Amino acid sequence: MNMTAQKNRILLAALRNMPIILFVGLFLCFGVLAPDFFRYQSIENAVKQASYVGIVAVGMAFVLLTGGIDLSVGSNMYLSTVVAGLCIQRFALSPAAAFVICIGAGFTFAMTNAFIVTRLRVVPFIATLATLVAGRGLGRMLSQSRAISFPETITRIGSARLFDVVPYPIVLFALTLLAAWIMLHRTQWGRQIYAVGYNLESARKAGINTVRIRAIAYVVCGVFASFGGFISVAQLGNVNAGFGRGSEFDAIAAAVLGGISLFGGIGSIFPGVLLGAVMIQLVSTGLVSAKVDLYLHSMISALIIFAAVAIDSHRTILLKKMQQRHIRIE
Amino acid sequence: MPSDAIQFENVSKEFFGIRALSGITLSMPPAQIIGIVGENGAGKSTLMNILGGIVTPDTGSMTCQGQPHKPAGPADATRAGIAFIHQELNLFGNLSIVDNLFIDGFPKIDRLGLLDKRKANQSAHQALQTVGLHCPVHTLVENLTPCEQQLVEIARAVGRNARLIILDEPTSSLTQNERDRLFSLMNTLRNAGCTLVFISHNLDEVLRMSDRIVVLRDGCLVSTGSKTEYTVERMIIDMVGRQIKNLYPPKTSVPSETILLEVSGVTRPGIIEDISFALHKGEILGLFGLMGSGRTELARILFGLDPCTAGEIVAINRPLRRHKPAESIHSGLAFVTENRRDEGLLMEASIEFNIALAALRQTAGSRSSIWVDHKAIRDKSLRVARDLRLQAADHKRQSARNLSGGNQQKLVIAKWLLTNPQILILDEPTRGIDVGAKYEIYTIMNNLAAGGAGILCISSELEELTATCDRILVMSNGRIHGDFARSEFNEKNMLHAAFKGLRTAAEPGDR
Repeated sequence: MNMTAQKNRILLAALRNMPIILFVGLFLCFGVLAPDFFRYQSIENAVKQASYVGIVAVGMAFVLLTGGIDLSVGSNMYLSTVVAGLCIQRFALSPAAAFVICIGAGFTFAMTNAFIVTRLRVVPFIATLATLVAGRGLGRMLSQSRAISFPETITRIGSARLFDVVPYPIVLFALTLLAAWIMLHRTQWGRQIYAVGYNLESARKAGINTVRIRAIAYVVCGVFASFGGFISVAQLGNVNAGFGRGSEFDAIAAAVLGGISLFGGIGSIFPGVLLGAVMIQLVSTGLVSAKVDLYLHSMISALIIFAAVAIDSHRTILLKKMQQRHIRIE
Repeated sequence: MPSDAIQFENVSKEFFGIRALSGITLSMPPAQIIGIVGENGAGKSTLMNILGGIVTPDTGSMTCQGQPHKPAGPADATRAGIAFIHQELNLFGNLSIVDNLFIDGFPKIDRLGLLDKRKANQSAHQALQTVGLHCPVHTLVENLTPCEQQLVEIARAVGRNARLIILDEPTSSLTQNERDRLFSLMNTLRNAGCTLVFISHNLDEVLRMSDRIVVLRDGCLVSTGSKTEYTVERMIIDMVGRQIKNLYPPKTSVPSETILLEVSGVTRPGIIEDISFALHKGEILGLFGLMGSGRTELARILFGLDPCTAGEIVAINRPLRRHKPAESIHSGLAFVTENRRDEGLLMEASIEFNIALAALRQTAGSRSSIWVDHKAIRDKSLRVARDLRLQAADHKRQSARNLSGGNQQKLVIAKWLLTNPQILILDEPTRGIDVGAKYEIYTIMNNLAAGGAGILCISSELEELTATCDRILVMSNGRIHGDFARSEFNEKNMLHAAFKGLRTAAEPGDR
């Protein structure tokens, strides 16, 4: 009996630290397949390219922790950068003003989600699926489906380095992680997000304003989505009609790979989501360096994400099982 | 003379035209333990829900320490110094103890709302000291035993300076030692000036712990007074409204020689080891063991919910190997689980739907038919409900949630009876239900056994097993450590067997 308990405990520890195990595994795997993968330059590149997915994934983590989901982040990225781009074209705004407008648009988008989910009580999956379609449509209408290019003042941010050392996207990603960590662990709202995700009904009984907490999660998610969108555009230089499409998949995958449970209440921003986001990027960079057939890329990514979700489910079931058995003597 | 902790003045409440409480006028003096007893549906929970702000009364008023008490929600009651500790604890397993204690109001450093971790840890530590729970405040709640979790809930109440603490069935999942620990804590709190409301079906415990007793029946206050005026017998008479001479029906069934279920050498490593026994036609076989002895796990394996690695299970001459529940049902097994809320019933669905669920195949017009015959289902559910004396207003519309505990249990049994089982496994069939309903459940068991079924009844109440069973198996640490025929029933020996092997094999961490 002791052996099974021991085995279970080891298994659980492994499942709990899965992000780190997966990360090291992937890293080594690609390192063997493509030796130049280990160079500082390629690692820096991977993290830099991961930064915008990472920021969106951090926001996604908030929603997942409450037990919800936000499918509309890709459309949010698109719509808020389109709005910012159009304002720049028309009013010749400074980068700072454009940034504020972009975040403001993301905030408004997110408030819509929060309203539909918490007030109209539509299931998050359907609510955000609807805003995904609607947001993309609105953005296309505003931009007439044309690509909108951003001025050099903004694209400079994408390639500049802080103190000529660390690329700005990485700095901003780090700041996002820090802010999110403080919010989740050092504020009452953060702790209540975990409580709501663990059991909505218990949270209500404990006197938590569950409507507000869930709304906050969607708003944080939307604001971070537009922030990530802005940083991505700063790297790309323009917004085309397909911008952000599929980003919801990358963001959810990064969060889940990073150990955030789809069942809510479990997982951490650091190092979880950081590793998850870099992993997503590592897979695509790694596959390129390993010269894997381009058509296989999406299938391999899907496989890895499938594995992450399976691990998440398995962990939840195992946790339940272990709690079931309490030998109690006295 | 300080004012009463709580005063109810003519409080009434109706649910869907059914009177849950009528004109309760009652005062609870401060710094006392007040025991509330009554059958399920007598109005105990409604009264407490009104006090805790979960339900608003239709008429009447309350005062709390002399002040009018009109809670609009649980938060108001908390502010008035009332803490309600429900039978199902309201904790977050994924958070630490300190987070659980302060989840709706952390101490903060500044306007920004950053938490004052140091202060929170200190006050948490203090609250844990008060309730006598000595573990680090950062321990995750899911790693605590049910008893420790309960102490966390009490610590939460203490940390908020609650003046009135309601404990709803606090002892139902505790071992004897844990109960004693809880009782001494209750005394400490009472001596510190707290008023405690203690709701329990265990009348001996209520009598032992309370200063005052309140008896409710059918939504009315039957009697109240100091505990010296009460005995267990009087409480039962007041609760039921008549004298119950016998808590158990006379045994009418006689086991025959025919074996219905034969289990030999069933093993699942780490869970149960080498279990062998036989269940005969017309026999009520008791399975006694402490929580965690492996008795529920055995039942799950027999029914095919969990796999076993070795051994044989033969049900009515049909060997069951790697079987699924559907095959078990087909072979004549039925399993009434210990947790009717989570496993046995769909709480939101109607009574009729619940009854039909396990028997869809039999109740559908014919075996091969894929269509559901609603009329046949209704007829059968009505018939079974009548046989079991299930009391409900409307089988088609009333949801299982609105039934009292005893009636829910009957509903679970009714559901299984429709599959015409020959072998019934009942796991804790009388947990949390009142004396009258218990009597009826025992009668149902008797009648089924007399009708030729074999019953395996799992229970942690030795008295109920000795009164109802033909034979009792005692399990401990995953093995059968005793097999007693009715003539050899001896509570001391059985308890001895139940504790056998625990001290040597148990890990220190699994306490």
